[in-house]
Amino acid sequence: MLIPEMKLKVNIFGTPDMAATRDGFGAGLIEAAEKDPRIVALSADLTESTRVEAFQKKFPERFIEIGVAEQNMAALAAGFAEYGKIPFLTSYATFSPGRNNEQIRTTLSINNVHAIVCGMHAGVSVGPDGATHQALEDMGLMRMQPHMTVISPCDSEEARKATLAAAAGDGPFYLRFGREKTPVMTAADTPFKIGKANVLYRADSPVCAVFATGPLVHNALLAARELEKEGIRISVTNVHTIKPLDTETIVREAGSAGALVSVEEHQISGGLGSAIAELLVQTKPLPQEFIGVHDQFGQSGTPVELIEHYGMGVSHIVDAVKKAIARK
Amino acid sequence: MEALLDSEIKQLEKKANEIRQTIIEMLVAAGSGHTAGPLGMTDIFTALYFRVLNHDPKNPDMEGRDRLILSNGHIVPVRYAAMAHAGYFPVEECLTLRKFGSRLQGHPERTKLPGLESTSGPLGSGLSQAAGIAYAMRMDGAKSRVYCAMSDGEHDSGNIWEAMMWAGANKLSNLTGIIDRNNIQIDGYTESIMPLEPLREKYEAFNWHVLEVDGHNIPQFIAACEEAKAIYEKPTVIIAHTIPGKGISEIERDYRWHGKPPNKEEAALFLNELRTMQGKIASEHQ
Repeated sequence: MLIPEMKLKVNIFGTPDMAATRDGFGAGLIEAAEKDPRIVALSADLTESTRVEAFQKKFPERFIEIGVAEQNMAALAAGFAEYGKIPFLTSYATFSPGRNNEQIRTTLSINNVHAIVCGMHAGVSVGPDGATHQALEDMGLMRMQPHMTVISPCDSEEARKATLAAAAGDGPFYLRFGREKTPVMTAADTPFKIGKANVLYRADSPVCAVFATGPLVHNALLAARELEKEGIRISVTNVHTIKPLDTETIVREAGSAGALVSVEEHQISGGLGSAIAELLVQTKPLPQEFIGVHDQFGQSGTPVELIEHYGMGVSHIVDAVKKAIARK
Repeated sequence: MEALLDSEIKQLEKKANEIRQTIIEMLVAAGSGHTAGPLGMTDIFTALYFRVLNHDPKNPDMEGRDRLILSNGHIVPVRYAAMAHAGYFPVEECLTLRKFGSRLQGHPERTKLPGLESTSGPLGSGLSQAAGIAYAMRMDGAKSRVYCAMSDGEHDSGNIWEAMMWAGANKLSNLTGIIDRNNIQIDGYTESIMPLEPLREKYEAFNWHVLEVDGHNIPQFIAACEEAKAIYEKPTVIIAHTIPGKGISEIERDYRWHGKPPNKEEAALFLNELRTMQGKIASEHQ
């Protein structure tokens, strides 16, 4: 059953409100900028689609156009941060942190400055744009960098909170956002703390723990309901912070269930599933199934077609849970 | 700034010679690192730390200080040596260069040593950082300036051209670039590896004010820095023609000294040459 303390919206299994995580970012950015005059936003010629447009209108003097130059944007952001500003650098995730990975590593991460890399259009759900614009490696790239905090919000409301938390934090951040409108599950009073995973759903004595990140958390909840009908008891945890990982919650949930499934719109190597496997193999090795993209690039299509094609639909999660349990 | 007196020029040249000696000593102690670049930029770093920059070695985070961004991080021994002689830390600490636990990393890290301002090594991203600082300063109405030391070879990198275009477009007149135009890079001469000329015209086309100086003529370099302050609506770049390994005849003009340190025997000869030159500098100005 849904955990009441999580204050999830009542309509998430019916006709949920729909909004893109990038929209939550856009709202959060303005809210953060109202609180802190040090915040500036850098755009690489994608102001509208990265949802920085409203910020540009409201704070024109704090909006900085970079042009199509993501490497320059990352190192410029380092300069702004070295001086004492708090830069949000925005583009599509395939370009930033894709193209400018080295500048992020050297000038943001080794340099350990407070700058927020915002990668939009993450995952295959970008849809028709095809493989070149569907970031599937970004969490892995960013998670491997020391000092970097990596957050992958599950819906637009959590994206807003993550943006505010990153603005108030310290050191370099990577925030991952999607293009498509996805179900809004969380509410203003749903808890959000960097590094603290939220158990959203737990049947009595679960036999499998599902750990999901990003908008696919909704599919994980739908799968839990399907499984409940079949009498298979699971828990679903929203792991919005990929790094630092909430080791306590993950070890507890996985440990008591005895099997687990990781769910992410990312290559199965390098992202949430890898992070959990690295943790559990050192603490409590357990059967784990990986929902995500299996060493392939994406392609053009509708978001729903692509999520199904690459094995990240509700039925895939249901099957993965059964497989994980069978491997106990 | 007041005109330089001959006695002040002599003092700066003497200081440059001392810094060169420290560079040789620290490279020998490190057993690895770059020799030609640091020696070639010694006169400029001496001028920066002992005349041009508004800074306080006892208060590296001083409000309103000028910023010096070193883009080609591999010549950092000259920066460490100049900083030590300026009073940021004891000159003896220079001998910890590249050693385990040292604040003097092989390539500079901002968080390791106060006063470094940035982290660099991978080439081509320093001008972006300098431009970011310059823009942020202007937002706050700060009067200070940003200097960015670059190599010529790193102009092969696209990131620099992105930064050049952006700084020119944003008319960052509080930014002064300094190019160590020594014509060498690791694989050979710059004009053989990837020709940069006409470099002046390229910067001009990107809306920069361009000055060219003899990078070993300290008063000429200082005058160029002064001229840059009088240029509005444009960033300035000073193309400093330098001799790699300047001050040590065996190293001068030989690109093979780009990325290796002298051994103990070579260092003894080089230090002797520098110390003899100290006498020559004194006699020239008497």
